[in-house]
Order: sequence, then C-alpha cells, then structure tokens
Amino acid sequence: MGHTLVEKIIGNKVGHDVKPGDIVTVSVDWCMIDDIMVPFAVQKFEEMGFSKVANPDSVVLIYDHFLPATQVDDSRHFRVGDEFAEKYGIKNVHRTDGICHQLMTEAGYVKPGDIAFGTDSHTVTYGCVGAFSTGIGYTEMAGILGTGELWIKVPESIKIEIDGTLPGNVTSKDIILRIIGDLTASGATYQSLEFTGSTVDALSVASRMTMSNMAVEAGAKCGIFVPDEKTCDYCKIPYDDKIKALRADDDAKYSRILRYRAEDFVPVCACPSLVDNIKPVSELAGTKVNQVFLGSCTNGRLEDLRAAAAILKGKHVVEFVKMIVTPASRKIYREALHDGTIEILSDAGCIITTPGCGLCCGRGGGILSDDEVVVATNNRNFLGRMGTSKVKIYLASPVTAAKSAIAGEIVNS
Amino acid sequence: MASGSFEKVYLDADKEIELFKAKIWKLGDDIDTDIILPTEYLAYETVEEMKPYAFSPLRPELAGQIQPGDMIVAGNNFGCGSSREQAPEVVKALGISCIVAKSYARIFFRNAINNGLLLIEQPDLYDEVNEGDIAEVETGKEIKVNGKSYTIASLPDNLLEILEAGGLVKAMRKKNGLE
Repeated sequence: MGHTLVEKIIGNKVGHDVKPGDIVTVSVDWCMIDDIMVPFAVQKFEEMGFSKVANPDSVVLIYDHFLPATQVDDSRHFRVGDEFAEKYGIKNVHRTDGICHQLMTEAGYVKPGDIAFGTDSHTVTYGCVGAFSTGIGYTEMAGILGTGELWIKVPESIKIEIDGTLPGNVTSKDIILRIIGDLTASGATYQSLEFTGSTVDALSVASRMTMSNMAVEAGAKCGIFVPDEKTCDYCKIPYDDKIKALRADDDAKYSRILRYRAEDFVPVCACPSLVDNIKPVSELAGTKVNQVFLGSCTNGRLEDLRAAAAILKGKHVVEFVKMIVTPASRKIYREALHDGTIEILSDAGCIITTPGCGLCCGRGGGILSDDEVVVATNNRNFLGRMGTSKVKIYLASPVTAAKSAIAGEIVNS
Repeated sequence: MASGSFEKVYLDADKEIELFKAKIWKLGDDIDTDIILPTEYLAYETVEEMKPYAFSPLRPELAGQIQPGDMIVAGNNFGCGSSREQAPEVVKALGISCIVAKSYARIFFRNAINNGLLLIEQPDLYDEVNEGDIAEVETGKEIKVNGKSYTIASLPDNLLEILEAGGLVKAMRKKNGLE
C-alpha cells in the first residue's frame, strides 16, 4: 500500500511505515513559541520540573502579537521570554522581525520533510514547503521543551487536486476560501490536506503559504504541498533526490478527493461570522465598507502588497475608508520600500504599520465598533475578533481588499 | 446526589469510572476559541481573572451563571480556531464537569485532555436535550437525560493515562520523579 505525503514525512522521522490512526512519538525539529504563550509555556515547563531544554537550537521564540505593546502588561511577555532564552541557552529569538509563521520559513528554520510544532494554530503554514507542522497548546509545548518529542496520531489525508489556469482576478486566497466552504469548518478535522495539480504547481511559495495557513480553518491538522524547485529556491537548499522522494505514492489512500478546474474559481469572501460562510464577491455588491485590512500571516507578503499597489497606483482609498497595511515581516517591509510598493500604497492613502500580527488578532490599531464592516485579508472572521461582537468581518483576497478600498463597498471588478 | 454538587462516585477505583449528575448549558455548532475566551483577556496572569469573560462575545452573562459541576452540551466542531490553551483552562476553572459535543477541533481536544478536562463525543444527545436538563454521566459508558440513555466511548489508552494523572503537567512531574 502506498503512502500519502504526510505519512511519508512521519514515517521517515520514526524510521518505519505508518498508517492513519497509528499513534507514534516523533522527535521534533522545530518548536515555535509566540509572545502570547511564552509566559504560560515557561510556567508549565517549570511546574513539570525540567532542569534543561532538551534541544535549545530547535526552539524559536517570536514576539509578534503584542508588538508594539498596546496594553499595560504586554511587555511582561517579552521579559519572560528573554529571561527564559538567557537561562536555557536559546539563541533563536525574534523580537521585532515580524509574524512567527512568516519567519519560520523565511528566516531559514523549517525545511521540506521537517516536523514542527507551534503554540499557534496557524503553525500549519509551514506545509507550504512540504513540512509537517501543526499547532499545540502551551502545556504540550512545555513537554516538548523538556523531552524533545511529542506523540501524534497519523492523520488520514484529503487530496485536493486543482488543474488549469486561474482567472486573472482570482488568487490563492479565493481558492482556499472556496475549499473551506466546500469542506466546511470541521470537514477536515484531524486530517491532512494535500494540495496537488497543475494550478498548484504554478503557484508561488508565497501563494501556497496562504493556502497552508488556512487549512486549520477547515479543522485540518496540516495542509501540505509537494516540495519542488521553487520550494528549494525559497529554502536555499538543493533540489536533490531526498527532496524529490517527498511526494505521495500513486497508490496512496485518501479519505476523500476533491477535484477543481481552475477556470471555475471566482473572487469570494468568507462572510460574517464563520470562515465557511463563502459567497462570491459579485453577490455582495453594495455592501458598504468602513475599513480594509491588508496583512497577516495569510496575506501580508510582498506579492500581496504588490497586488494591492498595482490596483491602488495613481488612485486613492475612498475618503470614509481607513485602509491599514501591515507587512508580515521586516524583510517584506524592506523589499516593499525598495521597490516603491510602500510609496504607492502611502500615496493612495493607506496607513502603513510596523510588521506583526496587528489587527488580525484584535490587538493592533484599527479596532472597530458595532455594525462597522471590515474587508480583511487574514484568516478568521469570528465574533469579536477585531473589536465588538457586532463588527462584520469579510475575509477576502488582497485584490478584493484593494478594489473595495477604492470603491467604498465590496467589489472585485 | 444533587446536581451542581460536583460529587463524584468512583464505581471502580482502578479504572476511574465516575458517576455524576450535571445541569446542561447548551451551545451551538462551531463554538470557536475566540468565543470561549477573546484575545484581549489571554494575557491576564491567572485563569481566575479570565473567568468572567468566558463565552462573552456570544453570551456575556453565561460565565456568571455556570455553577461548579454543570456541563456544556454543544454541536459540531467545539473549540475550533486558535491554539489558546486558556480556552479549556477557563472552562475547567468555571467548574464545568465535562463537555458533551458532536465533535471537537483537534487542538482544543488535546489541550482539554492535557488539562484534565473531560470531553465526551456523542452524536445524538445534542439534538434531543434542552438547556437546564439534568444529565447523569457514567464515564466510558453512558449518559442519561430525560429517561433516555446515550452510549459513550472510552478514550484511547495514552489519553486516559494523561487524564488519570490529572493532566500533562502532573504526568511529566511523575516522569521527572517529582510525584
């Protein structure tokens, strides 16, 4: 019997064949702890009675949700993290470099075939480079810090096959939103999403990140892509036989296969207040917008900022709309400065903020009030996520976001 | 045995089978972690401080109404969303004896077990009970509500071990020779 990609990654790690449902203990290549969870993970680690971190070089601390601090006690999290890193010899600490899920691949940590866990549900993002990665709680993270390993259940896999050429106004965000709508918010619970097909092959690594990132919104344990030459360029590693072996066998067994024609995709939004409440943008015409948010670990990359800039060049955000742009990392911010993207966005009236999680988790500037509408490129539109529980959050692509900012209503034409 | 007394009867000391009565609070499908505890309260130093804000985006009054020993009954995908472990911690701190849902999101499921919060998966009960009903739970066996019995499954052994140790912290302390 053949294996799916996730079965191969886990099998390689434990040194024997695995099948869905097997419970195995894996050694962990990377542990990511974000600023919100640092004090809790440290407290649990100490309660467990460990005297050293099993593998300090595998640990990465990243301050992003609370950056810059907006509430009185936020900076305690940075202090606790710094003290923990100092005490246990953890060298990988990013204090102002950007969002954790961007940095874990961008800064050269997670590579194809690796196994990574993080204290944030969007840890699934690293599936974009063919790694197995998923979110866990701080208690389990404390256990990994002390032991270097974690038990996992080998997931079943759902294959998503997309072939053909995407329409010009459709991005990978529209693809993943449609898939979540079809699967529903719990349709992939405990399972691995494996993305394949000619459309997927043609996507940039940045576009793939958007899809891996949102796999968890369908309940998935991970959302992975077969690593290819583009992946290896991004990860700065050779495209060798070891990497080429990281693909599903032809006779791999899937719990479900979803097939799509790229030509059938249209721009869509996830409407309030569920991620699987998907509607074509064309059906939302006339919905007035108060604010637009371009950023997050879902869509805060250079290609997202450039897509918005191409639309906003020489134009202006309509006067009653505030458009907030938050690059996902310092590197992206710098590249967008150098190629003129930031200038275009600023001239168009956008508010450009420092890299970080920003408005996505309702902690940065841009909190909204009852009945206000925000078109946002991030991954969740839950009640109260960006202000009061009566704020209406429409999740959309950077293209839809930029066009809506100019029109003052939800559009993509 | 009165409901809300949080009294547990151990039927079998070795297997930790418990029998208890609990009043039902009924929630819907896709109860996400932002509903269970919004981001703005995650950084409070203690779970005690977080308690009043549990479920506040959906039902601001609920945290004040829940009594120790009560149970939550919900639909599909309970605990979907973020990996915040404050979500099961705050539910446990409110004194909830167990959650009975059609299904759970996986991170919440692991986090709950690691904190010693009992989760029960049951496909039919949700559609047939009302808020305020009293349930009788016999872990690993059945739940009785309004005269009807609903079968429930046992957890896998590796999870039972963690649950029986009182959560992952205690299991690790044992491993480190501290308990």
